[in-house]
Amino acid sequence: MKEQELIPHLFRTEYKKIVAVLCKLFGIGQIEIAEDIAGETFVAASQIWSLKGLPENPTAWLYTVAKNKTKDYFKHHDVFTKTILPHLKNENATPEIDIDLSNENINDSQLSMIFAVCHPTISTESQIGLALNILCGFGAEEIAAAFLTTKDVIYKRLQRAKEKLKTEMIKIEPPTPAEIDERLDPVLMTLYLLFNEGYYSTSQDTSIRAEFCIEAMQLNKLLIENDISNTPTANALFSLMCFQASRLAARTNEKGEAILYDDQDMSLWDQLLIEKGKYYLNQALRGNRLSKYQLEATIAFWHTNKEDTPEKWENILQLYNQLLLIEYSPIIALNRTYALAKANGKREAIIEAEKIELTENPLYHSLLGNLYTNVDNLKAIDHYKIALKLTASSSARNAITKNITKLTGTKSND
Amino acid sequence: MEKFIFLFRGSDVYQPGQSPEALQALKEKMIHWLSDLTKNGVHVASEPFQPTGKQVSGTKTTVTDGPFGEAKEIVGGCTIVQAKDINEAVEIAKGCPILATNANVEVRPLQKM
Amino acid sequence: MKNFLLVFRYDSNALPKGSPEELQAMTKKWMDWIGGIAAQDKLTDRGNRLEFVGKIVRPNNVITDGPFTEVKELVGGYSIVKATSLEEATKLVSGCPILSVGGSVEVRPVNEL
Repeated sequence: MKEQELIPHLFRTEYKKIVAVLCKLFGIGQIEIAEDIAGETFVAASQIWSLKGLPENPTAWLYTVAKNKTKDYFKHHDVFTKTILPHLKNENATPEIDIDLSNENINDSQLSMIFAVCHPTISTESQIGLALNILCGFGAEEIAAAFLTTKDVIYKRLQRAKEKLKTEMIKIEPPTPAEIDERLDPVLMTLYLLFNEGYYSTSQDTSIRAEFCIEAMQLNKLLIENDISNTPTANALFSLMCFQASRLAARTNEKGEAILYDDQDMSLWDQLLIEKGKYYLNQALRGNRLSKYQLEATIAFWHTNKEDTPEKWENILQLYNQLLLIEYSPIIALNRTYALAKANGKREAIIEAEKIELTENPLYHSLLGNLYTNVDNLKAIDHYKIALKLTASSSARNAITKNITKLTGTKSND
Repeated sequence: MEKFIFLFRGSDVYQPGQSPEALQALKEKMIHWLSDLTKNGVHVASEPFQPTGKQVSGTKTTVTDGPFGEAKEIVGGCTIVQAKDINEAVEIAKGCPILATNANVEVRPLQKM
Repeated sequence: MKNFLLVFRYDSNALPKGSPEELQAMTKKWMDWIGGIAAQDKLTDRGNRLEFVGKIVRPNNVITDGPFTEVKELVGGYSIVKATSLEEATKLVSGCPILSVGGSVEVRPVNEL
C-alpha cells in the first residue's frame, strides 16, 4: 500500500524538521517534549492514513497535526507559562501562538540545532550519536546496529548527552559572525567523522552506512546554503565528501566485499558528484585559511582520475607533506609514504617507511609489503604475513592473502 | 603586527668559571623580563637552550659537538615577540637583561608564511 | 620525548640565486625533508625562515643595522623537532637541503620553561 512506503520516507525527511522547529521553540530544556510531539504526529499519520487514505498534501497534514498537538500540549500543561513563555522573546505570546513551519524557520531551526548538538562541551562520540538521533532521525536501535553495540548503550549515551546540553543551557540559535569559525570547527569535525563512519564502515549493514554518508552531506549542504556558515572550510569538507561519495557504488561487489581503489570500475564512479566536488573545491580555495579539509579535498580531487602521472603523485605527495605539518596521524603518514614511492621512487620510500616504525599497525606492514615487492620479495612476504596476523578486517585479509600468493606462487599457510 | 625573533648571543655569565650565583641571578632576571613581555601581550614563544648541542655541516654532513661559534656568538636561546615594526621590536629588545653582560640580541623579522 | 631546536645557518654570499626550476626543486627537497620528520611524528614546530634584514642590540643601547649579507654564518631559520636524545635529534638532520648548499644545522636541546 502506498502510505506504507510514504511514511518512512516522510519520516526521514520531515521528522527532523519538526523536531528542530519545536526544539528551537521550547528550548533545550524541553527537548524530549519536542521529540514526543514529533513522534506522536507520525503515529497519528500511520493510523489515520491507513484508515482514510493519503491526504492531498501529506507534508502539510503532518505540519498541521504537529502544530495542533503542540497547542494542545501548551493548554494542558503549565509548562508554557512556567518554562517556555520566559524563554520566548515576545512577552505577549499566548498558547495560541502560531508554530512557524515555514521553510525559512525550518532552515533556521535546523541550522541552530546543528550548532547546539555539535557543541564542544559534549564528547565527539556523543555528538555523533545526537546528530544521528536528533538531526537525522535515526533511532537508538538503528544507531546501535551501525556501531556494533546495544540499543541500551546508545540510549544511555544519548540521555547523558541531552542532560549535558540541558545543564550547560546550550542556546538553540545560530552563532554570530565573530564566533563562526570557532563554532564551526566541532561541527565540521562531527560531520567528517559521521561521513567516515558511513564510508569506512566495518559493520555488515552497508545500507544504513551509506545513509550516514548521505545524512552527513545533507547537513553539510545546510551549512553551505546559509550565508553565516558558508565558509571556505565548510565548502572544503563538502567537496571532500562529494569526491569520496562518487565512488560508493564501485566500492563493494555483489557479495558485499570491498573493492580497492585500483581495482574499481571507473565507469561506476558518479561523474555528477565529481563535478560537484570540483565546484565546491574551487569555492573552498577562495579563502586564505588552508585547513586539513582543503588539503584532503584536493588530494581526493587528484584521485578522481586513476591514471598514474608524475604530476598527480608529486602533487599528492606535497599535499600530504602539508597535511602532516598541520596534523599528524599514522594513516596520513602511511599514505604520504605511498605517494612518495610513486613520486620519488621505491628506494627512497623504503628508507622513509622504515623510519616510521609503526610496527603494531597492519597497514604499516602492508605498505612495506607493497614497497618491497620486486625489490626484495622475501622481505615483502615477511611483512605481508605480519600484516595478516595483525589485521581483523576480512577484506584486508583477502587482499593481503592475494598478494602473498602472487609472490610465493603458493597459498600461505597462515 | 609582525613577528620578530630575538637571538640571544654570547654572555660572559655563561662562560666556564663564572659563579653559579651570577648565572642564577641572570636566569631570574630573564624570567622576570619574559613575564613582563607576556603581560604586555608581546610575547609569542621562548626557547632557552641547554649549553650542549651538535652541529651538522656541509655536504659531507660532518657532525661536531656544539654549541656553535665563538664565545660571544653562541646562541643561548631565543624569544619570539610581536611588534608593529622592527624599530618597536628593537625597543623591546633593549630591555633584555643579558645586555648588562657582554652579550647582544640579534633581532630578525620572521618571514610570513 | 624532548624538544630540540634546529638552527639553520648558511653563507649568504654562497647562496645560489637559482632559476625558478631550481628554487622549486629546493622547495620540494625542503618539504620532503620536513615532511619526512613529520611522518615520523617527530616534528613539534615547522618553524620559520628569517628575513635577510635585522638589527643587533648591544650593551649601552648600541644598535647595529642589518642587512647581514656579508655574514658567513647567517641564521636563516629554525624548526623544532622532538626526539628521545640529542643523537636521535641529530640523525633527523640528515637529508636537510641546507647542507647541500654548504650550510649547517645546529641542534640544541631546549629547556622547558
